[in-house]
Formats: sequence, C-alpha cells, structure tokens
Amino acid sequence: MADKTDTMLYLDGVSVSFDGFRALNGLSIIVYPAEMLAIIGPNGAGKTTMMDIITGKTRPDDGEVLFDGRTDLTQLDEAAIANLGIGRKFQKPTVFENQTVWDNLELALKKPRNVLATLFYAMDASDRARLDEILETVRLTARKNDLAADLSHGQKQWLEIGMLLAQDPKLLLVDEPVAGMTDSETVETAKLLKDIARTRSVVVVEHDMSFVRDLDTRVMCLAEGSVLAEGSLDQVSANPKVIESYLGR
Amino acid sequence: MITQAILRALDKKAIWLVGILLVIAIAIPAGNLLIPPGQPFHVPAYIVTLFGKYLCYAILALALDLVWGYCGILSLGHGAFFALGGYAMGMYLMRQIGDRGVYANPTLPDFMVFLNWRELPWYWQGFDQFWFAMIMVVLVPGILAFVFGFLAFRSRVTGVYLSIMTQAMTFALLLAFFRNDMGFGGNNGLTDFKEILGFPIQAASTRSALFAATAVTLALSVIVCSMIVNSKLGKVMAAIRDAESRTRFLGYRVEYVKLFAFTVSAIMAGIAGALYVPQVGIINPGEFEPANSIEVVIWTAVGGRGTIVGPIIGAVLVNMGKSYFTGALPDLWLFALGGLFIFVTIFLPKGIVGTFAQWWRQARGPRRDNTTPRDTGASADRPLVAADPQPKPAE
Repeated sequence: MADKTDTMLYLDGVSVSFDGFRALNGLSIIVYPAEMLAIIGPNGAGKTTMMDIITGKTRPDDGEVLFDGRTDLTQLDEAAIANLGIGRKFQKPTVFENQTVWDNLELALKKPRNVLATLFYAMDASDRARLDEILETVRLTARKNDLAADLSHGQKQWLEIGMLLAQDPKLLLVDEPVAGMTDSETVETAKLLKDIARTRSVVVVEHDMSFVRDLDTRVMCLAEGSVLAEGSLDQVSANPKVIESYLGR
Repeated sequence: MITQAILRALDKKAIWLVGILLVIAIAIPAGNLLIPPGQPFHVPAYIVTLFGKYLCYAILALALDLVWGYCGILSLGHGAFFALGGYAMGMYLMRQIGDRGVYANPTLPDFMVFLNWRELPWYWQGFDQFWFAMIMVVLVPGILAFVFGFLAFRSRVTGVYLSIMTQAMTFALLLAFFRNDMGFGGNNGLTDFKEILGFPIQAASTRSALFAATAVTLALSVIVCSMIVNSKLGKVMAAIRDAESRTRFLGYRVEYVKLFAFTVSAIMAGIAGALYVPQVGIINPGEFEPANSIEVVIWTAVGGRGTIVGPIIGAVLVNMGKSYFTGALPDLWLFALGGLFIFVTIFLPKGIVGTFAQWWRQARGPRRDNTTPRDTGASADRPLVAADPQPKPAE
C-alpha cells in the first residue's frame, strides 16, 4: 500500500470477530489529509464496526490502525483518541438531551478536558463567539437555550454536527448524517461537509445515494467486512459486484 | 479562579438556602440558651440535638445526591463513609475521656482494658489531638472512596453492579467493625464521651455549638455542591449520567470525573458522621448497616435528586417522620418507610422539590423563559438505575 506517513487514517488488514461472526475481514482503508471518503454498503457490512475500531470502542483482532501516519489507535482508549483529534457523529443522533443546545456545544468545545480545568473553566468572549458562529452554521441560534431533547430529529443531527465542529477535529467520522432530514436539509448538509473537507479529513457513511452524489467525492463500497469496490460513485455503482450485493438489480 | 467559581455557584436559590441555614445556626441555639424555659420561643435541649442530627443526615443526603442525582452513580454504601468519619471523631472523644473511664486508665479506653490490651494500637496514636482526628475524618473516607472508585470506575463498573459493590463494601466494614480484635470497641462501639475540645459534651452550650457547627457545615456543603454542579464539570457529570459512552467520545476521562465526584462526596459524608457522633453520643458498627445506606437513598429520592435543596428537605422530613413513628407506632415505621419509597417512586419520581418546581413552571404558564436555565429536576425522569444508553457495538 501507499506510504503511511502521508495519510490521516490508515487501516491495513483489519479484522474483528464477534462470537464467531467476522464483522471485519482484512479491511484496508486510506484517507488523506483534507480528503473526504464516502462509504456505502449493505447493513452488516461493518461500517459502524469500522468506526468503533477507529474510535477505540472495539479492539481489532488483527491489523494495523494508524492516525496521522504514526499514532497506533489500537493501543488507545476512547478519550485519548478523541483528544488526538478524531470526532465522531453517531448513527442515531446522540446528544445530551437534558442539557441545552448551548451546553451541548460547550461540552464539545475544544478545551482542556481534565477535572480541575473543567471545574474552574469560565467561558471567555472568544469561546462565546466560536459557539455563536457554530450555532449560525448549524442554524440553531434561535434554539440555543432549548433542551436538546426538544429538537426535531434533523435538528439533533445538526446539533451533533455542530458538536463535531466545536471539537475541532482533524478527522471526522460521520455516520448517516442525513437520516431523518428533509431534502433541503440534506442538500445543506452535503454543502457543509464539503466545506469542512477542504481543511479536514472526513469519512461519511450513508445510504442516501443522492446525498452521496452531492458529496461528489471518492466512494468505497463495503460488504461482509471488506472493500468491495472503490472509485467515483459512477464507477462503484456500475461495478457488477456492488449491484449484486448492495444496489440490487 | 476559585472566587469566580464560588460566585458562579451562588445563584439565587443557593444564596437563599445558605442564608436560611445561617439564620437557623444562630436562631436555634439562641432560642435554647438565651430564652429561659417556659417562655414562648424557648427551644428545648432535646430539639437542638434532634435537629442537629437531622442536619447531619442532610449533609449525608446532599453528598449522596452529588454522585447519584448529578452523576448517576447510585451508591448504596454511603453510610460507610459517614460511619468512618464518625469513628474518627469517636476515637478522639474516647481519648479525651482519659482516666475518667470506669477503669481509670489514662491512655487505654475502657474496652481495651477490659480485653486485657497492654498498650494502645498504632492506629489509635495521634487521636488525642483534635487536629489529627479532623484530618483523619477527611482522609479515611476520602482514601477509601478514592481507592474503591479508582478500581471500580477504571474497570467501567456501572449501574446496579456498582450499587451492589458499594453495598458489599459497607457490609464488609460492618462485619470487620463488629470484631473485638479490630480495636474499635466491637459490638458496643465507642461511647461514654465526656468532653470535646475541653467542653463538657452534655452541656447545653456545647450542644448548641455543635448544632451551629452542623448548620454552618451544611451551608458550606451547599456552596461546594453548587460550585461543582454549576461549573462545566457539573455539565460533564450530567452528560456522564445521561450518556456515559458519548461523553468518552468527546474526550472526557469519565473515570476521573466520577472518581472526583465520588471522593468529594465521601469526604462530605465523613464530615457529616464526625458531627453526628458527639451529638448522639455513640458510634457503633450498626452505622455500617446496609439498610442505613438505603435509607439515605430514600431521603434523597423523597426530597428530589438532582437538586441541591431536595436531599436536605428529604432527610429532615423523613427523619421527622421516623422520630414520630418510632415513638408513636414503632411497629409500623418500616412499613411506612417502604410505602413512602414506593409512593414517591410511582407518584413523585422527581421528589418533592422536583414536583414542586414542575408545578411552579406550569403555574407560570407555557410562556417560554429563555433567561433562566431549565435545570430543575429535568434529570429525574429516568429510572432509578439507568441502563447505559449506549449505541450498539455493531450495526
């Protein structure tokens, strides 16, 4: 494979089994800095398991997982990996429902995470400006004092994307960002992610094909825990194996 | 930095609460000492001690609320930290007896003479000094909580499993302290105290001073707890309570946040125990009873977990009920307590304070008020032990 040192994310031959079920089977993925990769694939292809491995939730049985060309992610736990600069948006929007939109973003904002620094943290004007800017971007300014529980499904998705932005990560893992969004919201999300990908690496998992087309980027199709096809969306969707296992005839 | 944190802690509710506690700290002793018996507003001595005891329980309930209501750690062993603080104070009080004990031994407490011990065990050294005993009141529960919490939280033990472990911890200590050869007075515990800091422990003025000290300590605990829960750390604690795994993916070390809350809470419980012992005049292994720790959970649930004032109200009200029932209808007390817990769980899941706050919001109408954060009791909809709402590991 290519030279590891130039990569943002490097997975080589990653395998993991749960109770005999091989969720990932020699998966190899490379993502370069400031590049977006869209991943498609049928349910059970291992898309979420892949994200679990990158973010330290699951340990691989075998294979190499490197971040930024040098950091071995298989040795670190979730918090350490998050602090390296990997942000994750979950498939099911996971926000802190009993806290306000503003507090959710404040929790995500990139700041020292240790106990004492958090206890004595006081938000300054630049932090406030940053959160206001993010609220504008994800269009939640009017709802900043509402509980996250009161948001619509699509708004929760946006809030979680806003939390990702506040974390200021180098690599974003975005799992099904447009589920439950209206068409116009979907278009906006594609614009936003493309904008983010100009400076950061982004991995998007999505089923919505028109959204993937809007992203206009390299596409990878996973099936049964390994890469089935890779290339532009047109190349991938013309691949007979992809049609067989995912798109359907 | 610290003053800023304290100022932030003192929102309107906390200022009122601290103010009321300080007034009580002066008014009750004044009513006892300055107003002669027979006059209206005279406070009888037994009331001073009884309410002093309630306020100790209130500190304990507030300590439990810090970990349970705000951080989702249901400890069923907080009575252990309370009892350990109480034992540290009891050891100081035993050493103050000196040669006025039954056996008139200048250094050995009576129970050691009775057991034919020749010299003071090493762990009783230093307890003749008040400052040393006070350091131990903080250190012993604090270190136990730190070690226990470090092992449990690092291994990611949560929910009912953690609750069972805390229960086992207090039960193990109960059995240990029952043993005579532990050197803590076995079954009988420590009692027959004479003096504290040179003042006779039975005197009305000493009792009033202990009451005032308890009320002031409760006020300080309110400030410390508000400071923690109103800080960003408080938001992280609530995040851990509601979605632990998500908090990890944001980069927070969940185990250290929990460890901090658990240790601070255990220290508060220990201090409450230390104030309790001179007022009730005895500490024995019964304080480690698992049932005691469960009662603390009931007080907190009744008052309203996830609020600062709730556990204080819960502890005082339930114990007033206990004092009444155990006097008037002693056989019925446990039924009443159990019934109360069931009633609160089903009909008032947010406790007295949480339910009241909800009524208050509704009474003010549906008008959305964005200037005040809507924090009261919002957390209390969850079951008592929350199942970890984590995303599934694989798709």
